This record gives sequence, C-alpha cells and structure tokens, in this order.
Amino acid sequence: MSYQTIRKPNQGVDWMLIILYITLMLIGWMAVFAATYDDTQPSIFDLDKSYGRQFLWILGSLLLGGAILLTDSKFYTTFAYGLYVLVLLMLAAVFVIGTAKHGDKNWIAIGSFQLQPSEFAKFATNLALAKFLSGLTINMKDLKTRFIALGLFGLPALLVLLQGDAGSTLVFLAFFLVLFRFGLPGSYLLLGVYVIALSVLSLVFDKLYIVTALILISVLLIYLGRRSRTQVFIVVAAFLFSIGYVFTTGYVFDKVLEKHQQDRVKVLLGQKVDVKDADYNVRQSKIAIGSGGLWGKGFLKGTLTKYNFVPEQSTDFIFCTIGEEYGFWGSTLLLLLYLTLMLRILFIANRQRSRFSTVYAYGVAAIIFFHVLINVGMTIGLMPVIGIPLPFISYGGSSLWSFTILLFILIKLDGDRLAILR
Amino acid sequence: MTDLYQSRRNVLQYVIIGVIVIFIVRLFFLQIVNKDYQQLAKSNVLREVTVFPARGLVFDRNGKLIIDNQKEYDLWVVPNQVKDLDTAGFCELVGMSDTSFRRTFDKAVKYSRFKPSLIAKGLSVDKYASIQEELYLFPGFYGQVRTVRAYPFKSAAHVLGYISEVNQKQIERGGGYYKSGDYIGTGGIEQSYEKELRGIKGTRFVLVDVHNREQGSFNDGRFDTAAVPGSNMVSSLDIELQGYGEKLMKGKIGSVVAIEPKTGEILSMISSPTYDPDLLTGQDRAKNFKVLLNDSLKPLFVRPLKAAYPPGSTYKPSLALVGLQEGAIDYNTTYPCPGAYYVGPLRVGCHHSGFVPNVAVAIQFSCNSYFCNTFRRLVDDKPFKTVGEGVDYWKKMMATLGLGVKTGIDLPNEGYGYLPDSKYYNKIYGPKGWNSVTIVSLGIGQGEIGETPLQMANVMAAIANNGYWYTPHVIRKVADSDSLLKQTIVKHEVPIDSSYFRMVREGLERVVEAGTATVAQIPGTKVAGKTGTAQNPHGEDHSIFVAYAPVDDPKIAIAVVVENSGFGSRFAAPIASLMIEKYLNDTISAPRKYLEERMMTSTLIQ
Ligand SMILES: [Zn+2]
Repeated sequence: MSYQTIRKPNQGVDWMLIILYITLMLIGWMAVFAATYDDTQPSIFDLDKSYGRQFLWILGSLLLGGAILLTDSKFYTTFAYGLYVLVLLMLAAVFVIGTAKHGDKNWIAIGSFQLQPSEFAKFATNLALAKFLSGLTINMKDLKTRFIALGLFGLPALLVLLQGDAGSTLVFLAFFLVLFRFGLPGSYLLLGVYVIALSVLSLVFDKLYIVTALILISVLLIYLGRRSRTQVFIVVAAFLFSIGYVFTTGYVFDKVLEKHQQDRVKVLLGQKVDVKDADYNVRQSKIAIGSGGLWGKGFLKGTLTKYNFVPEQSTDFIFCTIGEEYGFWGSTLLLLLYLTLMLRILFIANRQRSRFSTVYAYGVAAIIFFHVLINVGMTIGLMPVIGIPLPFISYGGSSLWSFTILLFILIKLDGDRLAILR
Repeated sequence: MTDLYQSRRNVLQYVIIGVIVIFIVRLFFLQIVNKDYQQLAKSNVLREVTVFPARGLVFDRNGKLIIDNQKEYDLWVVPNQVKDLDTAGFCELVGMSDTSFRRTFDKAVKYSRFKPSLIAKGLSVDKYASIQEELYLFPGFYGQVRTVRAYPFKSAAHVLGYISEVNQKQIERGGGYYKSGDYIGTGGIEQSYEKELRGIKGTRFVLVDVHNREQGSFNDGRFDTAAVPGSNMVSSLDIELQGYGEKLMKGKIGSVVAIEPKTGEILSMISSPTYDPDLLTGQDRAKNFKVLLNDSLKPLFVRPLKAAYPPGSTYKPSLALVGLQEGAIDYNTTYPCPGAYYVGPLRVGCHHSGFVPNVAVAIQFSCNSYFCNTFRRLVDDKPFKTVGEGVDYWKKMMATLGLGVKTGIDLPNEGYGYLPDSKYYNKIYGPKGWNSVTIVSLGIGQGEIGETPLQMANVMAAIANNGYWYTPHVIRKVADSDSLLKQTIVKHEVPIDSSYFRMVREGLERVVEAGTATVAQIPGTKVAGKTGTAQNPHGEDHSIFVAYAPVDDPKIAIAVVVENSGFGSRFAAPIASLMIEKYLNDTISAPRKYLEERMMTSTLIQ
C-alpha cells in the first residue's frame, strides 16, 4: 500500500452523483405522495401514510450516506469478504427467524424495524466480487477462477431464490455483465439465459418431460464430444446442475411462492388467465401511463392512481404515477436521469486507478441497470411482472438504504482514488 | 494492472443506452402515438362495484313468507367527477331540500374528492326509475341498488329483529366483511342468523363513461366475483298464531311464549306492546327508531327473553318435582292447611284452607302452606349439613329444568332469570344469620326469584314431556335442506324420575278441571295448567298462567304473563287457553267467543 494524508470527508466527492441521487429521491418522494395520496390526510409528513414514512427513510439515507463518507475506503477493501460472509449468514438466518411479509419470506424483524437482507446482499456481493477480481493472480482464462467468480454471486442468488424472492434473484444476474467486462467468455452469458429459460420451462412443462429432454440432449452431447474428457465432464456437470435446478425451482414455486406470486408467473406463461393480479396490473399500468399523454395530467391529478386501479402503486408500479401525472416528457426525463446516472458511474469506473474500484463501479451500474430494466420494462409491458423496486424512487426503507450504501461506497472509493493506489 | 479486455470497456454503456432508447420509443408510442389509452382512461372509468347478495328469506312453519326483500336505491356521488352541477335541478329531481343537499354534499367533499359518498338513501324502485332517466345530466352521481327487508305479516317484530347500518365495533369484529354503510342484522333472527342470511358479497368491474352510464362489464366479467345469496331459513313460528296472540295482548303489557314440547320449537313469542317491524326498514327507520326508543312502555324491550318475574304459584310444580326427587315429600305427603302457614312469628297466607291429602291436590288448590312446608323440608333435609347446602341443591336441580340459567334459545340477549344461592344469603345475613324460615317465600315463588316467560313455558314443555326438553329455538332449518340445524336438536334430560312428573301432571290437570283455572277449559281438549300471581311492589300484581295441552299428547306448552292485571285467572289463563284452542283447533268454539272478545277489547294501559 502507499502513503495517505488526512483528508476531508467530502474531498474528491463526485458532486454530480450526489445531485442525481438527491434529485431521484425527491422525485420518488413526490411520486409516493401522489400514488398513496389520501385527501383526508393531506400532509406529506404524515407518518401514518407511506409518504410521511418515506420522508423518514430519505432522512435516514442522507445520514447513512454521510456516515459512509466519513469512513475510510480501506475498510471496504479490507472487509469485503467479511461483509459478504456476514450477509450470507443473515440470508441463512432468514430461514430460521424470517417473518413472512407480502408472502416473501425474506425479512428479518428486529423489534418493529424490518430488515430485508436480500437488499443488502447486493452491495456485499459486489464488494466481494470486486475484491476477488482485483486479486493479482486473477486470470479469467482459468476455469477455476470463472467458477469461483460465478459462485460468489450464485450462492447469495440461490439463497434469495429459496426465500421466494424471484425478482431479487434476477438482479444478481447483473453480475454476468460485470464478469463479461473483465474477461468471462461471451458464451457464459448464455448460461444466464439458459438459467432463465430453464426456470420458465420447468414451470410450464411437467418435470418428467424436462428431465427426459435433458437426458437425451446430454447423451447426444456426450456422444458428439466423447473424444474430449473435459467436454464430457462439463456436460455431465451441466446435466446434474440442470436436474438440481429444475427440482429446486419446482419446489420453490410450489412451496415457497405465495399464491399471488404463482399467479403472476402463470399469467406471464399464459397458463392461467382467470386471475386478477398480474394481467390486470399490467393493463391498468399501461392505461395509466398511456393516459398521461405528452404533458401528463399534473401533480395529484392522476385519476387512475386515485382509484387504486394500479395496485402496488407506491412500490413496484411507481413508474405509472410518473407516467400518468407527468406524461411523456416526465417519464422520458426520469429515464434520462437514470441514463445520466449510469453513464456517470461507468465514466467513474473508467477513471479509477484501482481495479477494485473499477469492478465495484461496474457492479453498481449493472445492478441499477437491471432494476430499471425490469421495473420500468414491467410497467410498460415489455417485461414480466416481477416485483422489484425502482432505485431511489419506490417506497420502502430497505431498498432505499441498500441503494444508498451501494452508491456511497462507490462515491467514497472514487473520492479516495488519488490518495491510494491499490 | 493492464486491462486485457479493453475492447469490452464500452459494451455495458451501449447496452444501457440501447435499452433506455427502446424504453423511450415505447413510451412515445404508448403515450403519444396510441390514443387508445387516453381514451380508455378518460371516457371509460373502471369502477369496482360491490354486489350485495340477496339476504335470505324466512318462512314460518307453514311455509308462509315472514321476512321478504324489497329493492331500494341509494344515490352516491364522487365529488371530483361532478361537473357544472345544476343544484336546483338536482334537488328537484331527487326531492331534496336545497339546504340538506348542500350539507350532505359539502360533507362528501370534505370526506374525499375521489371516494364515493352517500347523498340520498332508501329511494323506492318507482322513485329511482323516474330519477334514473335524467341522472346522466348530473355526472358524478350514480345509484346503487340495495335490498331492504319487508315483513308481510307486520308481526313478531321482536323475534324477527331488523337490519341496521353497521357501527364501528361491528366493522372491526366482522373480520373484514363489513364496510361502513353496510347493513347487519340487529336483534332477533336477523342477528343470530346473520352469517347464514347475509350471504357473500361479490364484486363487479364495470366501465362507466363520463356520464356515469354503465358501458358494460370489464373484460367480459373475467375479474368479477359473483355474490352468493344468503340462505333462506324456515322458522318454527306459526305466524297466524303469533298474530292472533298479538291481538289478544293488545292494550296490555306482557309476554306470551308457546313451545312445541316434543321439539322445543317456539310456536309464538309475543312481547307486548309490540310494533310494526316495517317501521324499522326504509327511509324513516332512524326517526321511527327514536320514537320507539323513547316510548315509556318500552316496545323495543324483548320481555319474553329479558324480563324476569317472580313466578308465584306457577313455580309450585317445579318445587314439587325437586321435593319428590330429593325425598322431602312423596305423593302421599299430607298437610292440614288452616288458611295460612305459621312458623314462629311468621304467617304466610293461603287462599285455600283444609286438609291437603297429597301433592296433586296441593297443586290443584295451589296451597301455600303445603309448599312452604315442602320447601323447608327440602332444604333442611337430612343429607344436607346446612340449609346453605340445601339451597344450593335446590338451585342446581332448578337449573336442570332451565331455571336460573339461559335456556340457550337461538335469539340474542337472553336473560338468566334469577335464583339465589347460599352465597347470596350468607352475604346478606351472615353465614349463621339465616335458616329455612328466613327464605320460606321461595316455597311460593316470591322473593329473590325470577323467571323469564321463556323459562316458564320451557318448564311446562319439560313437564309435558315427562322429563326432558329441547333447547328452545325459532329457526328449524335452512329452507332447501332436509335436515334440521344441529343446534335445534340439543336434548336436555331432567334428572328427575318420570313417575314424579306424572304426579305433578295429575295436579296440573286438576287445576283446570276443578281448581284455580277452570276458565281455561276448552271443549273437547283436556288442558293442564297452573295460575300464578307475581307480587308487584309498584302496582297491581302480574297475572301469570302456564299450561300445556292436550294432556295425553301435548302439542303446545305455553306461558302467559300480563302485567298489572291481578290474579292469573283474570287475563293470563283466558289468553293462554285461547292461544291453545286456536293452535289446536284453528277456531274458537262458540261458548268461548265472548272470552276472545273480552280479551281483545280490554285495555290495561292507561
Ligand atoms: Zn292452603
């Protein structure tokens, strides 16, 4: 390591990120206010309503961000694995003491405060991955290195999946993009696609058919590659993995997913049409956004919002409120804000001198990107109905705080980029 | 560190830009190019309409409809949908005064601009039909149909109950079923069978245009849930008998309870003064309720279930049964009555005097001396170490006849009546301060003792059955089911030998044959019964009569209480016997017509 002088906490801070961050949070607060507005309780600070509570979450986030700026960035490089293990333990603890909320068994209740470990798993995994990829002897051409890298985010993803939080699981696939950037062969991206395809197929078809198909394909592949020991090994491993995955998915789907979640998936797959939830939500969401027109209906004037026509309005479907009340210009502006944020993060990634910071920054961009992709895509009918929050905008403390931590660690690492060479 | 994959540096950047561009293009089509969504949102508002199920109907034992449904409309408003309101025109159309409209409308606006509020309620079908044609002129206002109760026979108000708007407590206790403005059964059958009668609410999603006219169901009703109508129920009431009894009780305060002994089915239950149950439905409900509530004669009070009277002599059969079972007396126990019962300084008068040869004759002449003696022998009997133990035994045995406890009838707010125990007397007199003499008035059904008219009739049913009774009930079964409801077939065996019941029955038969209630004789039907007079410190005594008939195959057991009417034989016995005759023979025999006439015309209420 190298020299270090005493530095002010705000030294080298990327103010553009901070301004984007605060702007998004304020937009979110207004949107939550509009989405859950109750004219019998019109104060935006009313703690009985989600908008009042969101204000508290925002205050908490600012404190949290400030606290992170006060820390030493060495802390994150040193304890990356420690934090990762801690989060894994918390994820495991959920199975023991988790309290079911909204059907997802992924909350830990401490007193009246509820923590969602799967939210915090994202930054911890990102740290661990950054640490691993910044190792001096790392060579992505090495098969073992690839598997460890995949395992680093595969493990928390699996734990989250077992808790029935399909949305957060998908977000972990964002790390494929990070690994790709740092040398994972492009063919591995197919693995991610394969996993998604497999989960969908195993829900649509009987397990027997899938297993039969897998056996046939594997036998064919082994026959074709019988001369190469490695290929046979890979095919057998992939086969076992697939079988295991198919049964886990089925199990998770039947035993862990609540009925309304099962319904959502089934609607997407066209298996079941007589449910109100998913199909109905998307239709209402599209009407709400579409009815916003060019200029929108104006603050608090969104009628569809007011009639609760779009459920989960303040969390997963918050983008509807913006689309309805601010129209095309408003929703486009929001998307451009996100674009600016992500490009800025990637710009920051490329200016780092430490590989740790670069990898971490890529991770942050990829995670935010996946959230925006899935969430906005869902509300405008381009993606399946998967409940994950819109970063910095959706109502909820766990999500807001975890994004704050994710972002501020980056800001801190970036602020120290000139001071330390790792 | 060298970057081996410099070429991949900008891939993520391009992917992100690509996705955001795709999204913006998609939004462009969704929000600007495609006008369908704006049209859908603007002109077709999706409204969630609660479908209220038809409440179950109730029939009497002969299949006559006694609780019916009628359609009624409520007018609602969603303030932010109201445009260019012509207040005068609206008031004229609906028939509201300008001030009351403004008051309710302002309240609605204050409550919420987006949520519907009630503007006018209880409009009849005809009235709504005339309004509906022009309602489109008033956007934001719409009607919602609701059914209200109708009571074709206009009687049995206390048994049937009524429906009223739910209060906050009921909403909280309703497990999420009730919303503010919903209706719930209150009192009577409507309350105790609320769950069966109310059915299950449904939901309909309808598209309405800017004029609030329904444009059809959303997605062909795919998201709708149908309302499940409430169950129709069959009551045990004989509505003709009920109406007849109400006529007989007119102008009097009191109760009539008639039970079919073999089943425990309530044939009629009258609380007088009564009221027209239709008063508590429809538009003027609240006003009428207030009038009834403030009436000094308390027409809303359910006397047969709640009012506890000292049973007087009507209680002597119960005492005889317990005395016989315990062994304090036997059939041949005699007592020479000198016209009063003397013990120490105490004297309990008796209307009769002479030698009483057995318990049946004692009942026949309602000899006070005999039963004071019986009561003291009972509580002072050898097996009991103290008189307290004796009293507690007495109370326990009375409970097996349904006295001092709730009978368990399927109507809300049943009273216990009242029977004292040793604890009660210990508290008043101290553990050593009382003996059987102190409490001898319990021997003649006066003092610290109270029975509800329902309990009185129920004891008669137990005697008529030679020692068992079924939990009294007013609902037999669900209309299209073959089996009776299980709560209606709860049998209570009285732990008293049936031979003792026969002795008491002999006495009760003698009462009507040649005792204190010859007025209750019905040509061609043998009646057994017992008169009683409940002492009333506030005015003239209450007249009581309990009976069953016909004696060899009892089909009806009855208790009649007429307040402030003197001896049991004056009003209670005639009314009871007329009820019995009406129920068994359907007509009143010629020689008893004068009695019917007299009962129907006499008024005891000043
Ligand atoms: Zn006597």
